[in-house]
Amino acid sequence: MKLKSLTLLAAGAALLVAITGCGTPGSAGKPTASVSAKSGDGPYQLELAKAPTFAAGSTMEKLAKAGSIRIGTKYDQPLFGLLGTGDVPAGFDVAIGSLVASKLGIPFTKIKFSETVSANREPFLQNNQVDIVVATYTINDKRKQVVSFAGPYFLAGQAVLVLADNKTIKGPEDLAGKPVCSVEGSTPAANIVAKYTAKLVPTDVYSNCLDPLRNKQVVAMTTDNVILSGFVDRNKGEFKIVGKPFTEEPYGIGLAKDDTAFRAFINDVLEKSFTDGTWARLFAATAGKVLDTPQPPALTRY
Amino acid sequence: MSLRTTNRGEVSRGLASRGAASSVLYDAPGVRTKRRSRMISWVVAAVVLGVVGYSTFTLGSQGLFDAKRWDIFNDPLVWLDLLRALGTTLLAAAIAGTGAILLGMVLALLRLAASRWIRIPTTVVLEILRGLPVLLLMLFILLVFRVNPFVSVVVALVLYNGAIIGEALRSGLVALPRGQREAGLAIGLSGLQTRLLIEFPQAFRNMLPIIIAQLVVLLKDTSLGYIVGMLELLRRGRLISENFGAGTYAFSVFLVMVALYLAVNLTVSFIARTVAKRVNRAR
Amino acid sequence: MGVISGNLPLYLQGFGTTLFLLLITTVIALPLGVVIAAMRISPIASLRTSAAVYTEVLRNTPLTLVFFFEAFVLPKLGTRLDFEVGAIVALTLYTAPFFAEAIRSGINSVPVGQAEAARSIGLGFTQTVMLVVLPQAIRSVIPPLVNVIIALTKNTSVASGFFVFTLVSAGQRLASANGDQVIAVLVGVAVFYVIITIPLGRFADWFEKRVAVTR
Repeated sequence: MKLKSLTLLAAGAALLVAITGCGTPGSAGKPTASVSAKSGDGPYQLELAKAPTFAAGSTMEKLAKAGSIRIGTKYDQPLFGLLGTGDVPAGFDVAIGSLVASKLGIPFTKIKFSETVSANREPFLQNNQVDIVVATYTINDKRKQVVSFAGPYFLAGQAVLVLADNKTIKGPEDLAGKPVCSVEGSTPAANIVAKYTAKLVPTDVYSNCLDPLRNKQVVAMTTDNVILSGFVDRNKGEFKIVGKPFTEEPYGIGLAKDDTAFRAFINDVLEKSFTDGTWARLFAATAGKVLDTPQPPALTRY
Repeated sequence: MSLRTTNRGEVSRGLASRGAASSVLYDAPGVRTKRRSRMISWVVAAVVLGVVGYSTFTLGSQGLFDAKRWDIFNDPLVWLDLLRALGTTLLAAAIAGTGAILLGMVLALLRLAASRWIRIPTTVVLEILRGLPVLLLMLFILLVFRVNPFVSVVVALVLYNGAIIGEALRSGLVALPRGQREAGLAIGLSGLQTRLLIEFPQAFRNMLPIIIAQLVVLLKDTSLGYIVGMLELLRRGRLISENFGAGTYAFSVFLVMVALYLAVNLTVSFIARTVAKRVNRAR
Repeated sequence: MGVISGNLPLYLQGFGTTLFLLLITTVIALPLGVVIAAMRISPIASLRTSAAVYTEVLRNTPLTLVFFFEAFVLPKLGTRLDFEVGAIVALTLYTAPFFAEAIRSGINSVPVGQAEAARSIGLGFTQTVMLVVLPQAIRSVIPPLVNVIIALTKNTSVASGFFVFTLVSAGQRLASANGDQVIAVLVGVAVFYVIITIPLGRFADWFEKRVAVTR
């Protein structure tokens, strides 16, 4: 009898999953942020384009006609892309992705999110597994050889985080030969090794670095300043950021290579949001809860 | 995964599975042995309790069991997310497990085929499948065949575990007394019929512990699905801890994860064993 | 494929760490596995029980969680290990029960009559196990042991999430730096694993056949 009920339980769980679409992330779900009385679609209250028209055969037309879009983003990046309860991530990257969708007339609930990690971003785009990637994705030349970038929509800079009472480390130059924690495969990790000959202690999520830092097993952790600020804010008085940001990390929106029309479209969407205040509003509603809202960056229409 | 079993049959009847009283390895304990054994038992129990107690106390004194580190588990939505992720894990494992056993049977047959033109290529494929990290296998399948993440996870798990189970079945077949096959052929069954009707059921039964262990490995390996963006139990747990603040909740999420995996895997092993026992009894 | 030859030093660095973790863990976990297997057939109930509980818990827990225990819980208990040492501890804790189970199934494969014969000529438990059962078990135990080692080879990759630079770390770094050739980078990683695992598999096969002949 016990066996039967256990089997039933398992079957029930399986059924549940089958109903919710195999549990693949991003099948439409409830918005996580609170929706106020203010009009607008989804958690970021974006105005949906009504029956927009696009050139025949363009990616925009295809997506608008399908009424849905697949967006790859980070699920473990505080402030930018973090998966909350439910199937929907939240953060500035997610807001920017939704903004693009809204201009295609696609409501938030029709966005299919999926998680991208450093090893699968370019392959996902190259193989048409996602339509766009908005994932703290630094624009660089090697990547440009296989994918195209719209934007940048944000300028981060790499910085260094140490214990609050550390007096010896004043910037990246002091890290030569010292153990420094970062996420393997990230641009900041590559920089700190190549430019400042630090000894990289690799992990897979930034929050993993905090305990070794507390235990003095590493002297510092490094990544983009915006992410570090999140940690300083969350652990009051424990950590500090030293020195000025020492790189420029332009975050871009990745899309299939040489889809020039789609790139131009996204750039137009971004540019408009820079000037009409939408960009600042989206930032304030997400990462702006911890960071000051900066000036929008300048687009590079290469 | 080759394993010779005794000609008497099941592994579970072997030397290492006997209880204290019935083991042939040592005498039934006398009074003095019993006393000594009891004393050692007390010492072991004291050491284990001491370590567990000290650990719990040390962790507790750092506030790791404080309510504020556990409050997320009061939220039914958190449990809903965990259960759905668990559902994904179980569904992927159930499909992949079935597939892996079927593939294992086919591979075992091919590896024992009379023609070397079948045997050798099968061996090559098997070695490669066995040697590749499942993580990479999943990513390759997703990219090369452009299937959805769930399918790529399942297929990768079928391929890898099918190879392992195939090897286990093959060595189970090889270890059967020759008379079994001869008897099958003698009563007029074809070679394949003998394999399927006479030899496979026995090999399967003899290799059951290995197959069950492999199914548990398979279930745990679903957690590699994060590489293709499949949201299963372990990834969900880690993301929950990131979402609410890993500094506060990493430890409690860790304990909950351990408990969930233990519960699920022990249940799976239990069900597999019970089913196998019933099947055996019915024969 | 230029990306593989061009970054050979980085691959080799990761390969070296993977090999190092593999060797040291095997050297420690294998004897530990023997001890656990011995405990599981010992006359003393508490040893049997604790070995069984340890085996069940570790075998049913994902390796990532074992690593988490080593990297984040042990330090809170006052044990701070070097990252490599920590990885070896986690891998050893996890792998030893698998070794033990392989050995145990090998012991099971020794016909009961062997032990009965040994006992009837007056050998005690230790003598029976050491002189009669284990030497016979070892032969049929090698192939499954090799399989555990193959699995361990690939399991070392989990260490890359916990502060150790392995083959997978090399893959991640190169994939990120060479966004134009991700697949080639990953094929490179796979090749290095297969360099270790296929010879191991062939060895197991060869050994099995040899034993089959001598029986």
